[in-house]
Amino acid sequence: MLKQYETVFIMTPVLSDEQMKETVQKFENILVEKGAEIIHQENWGLRKLEYQIQKKSTGFYHLFEFKADPSVVAELELQYRRDEKVIRYLTVSLDKHAIAYSEKRRNLRKAREENN
Amino acid sequence: MAQQTDIKYLTPIAVEIRQKKYCRFKKSGIKYIDYKDGEFLKRFVNEQGRILPRRLTGTSLKYQKKVAQAVKRARHLALLPFVADNLKTNQ
Repeated sequence: MLKQYETVFIMTPVLSDEQMKETVQKFENILVEKGAEIIHQENWGLRKLEYQIQKKSTGFYHLFEFKADPSVVAELELQYRRDEKVIRYLTVSLDKHAIAYSEKRRNLRKAREENN
Repeated sequence: MAQQTDIKYLTPIAVEIRQKKYCRFKKSGIKYIDYKDGEFLKRFVNEQGRILPRRLTGTSLKYQKKVAQAVKRARHLALLPFVADNLKTNQ
């Protein structure tokens, strides 16, 4: 049974843009390798944290939305924990309202990008 | 003797007519509360960053649970503070 998930992770601000992209690519590869279907991803760039994490007050945020078997999440979170570039992560499963919401959000973002 | 039991006031007593509280999620048909939208969630926390009770915001039980869940997730991702001073004035 495939379930839809959403995962957000924060990377340390000490990375260069390239290193940040590399890290994102690494996690994307992990997901694809494990047979997850990536529906959507967003890069929020460098954001200010509301409180310090590991003495850092900013971080790179990245979001993945994917469909996968529950076992994939365990593997993904294991990889998050092993990677010291990731300072925080959160994975949630999406219910039917959440899926509808994220679809709407995606369309809004797309429309906004087209307008700009 | 005519007995006048009614008390008469010189000035009408101020009876507060409060607007009835309502659940904004039920009213506007919001089904899912997004934890990624920190600015929106700030409406449901006080200046110290604590979640406001239902009796103040009027949110229904069903959605209060979801608000609480979303606020906690946002805190974990540093989108909302766990504790703060003057959260509202900093906005």
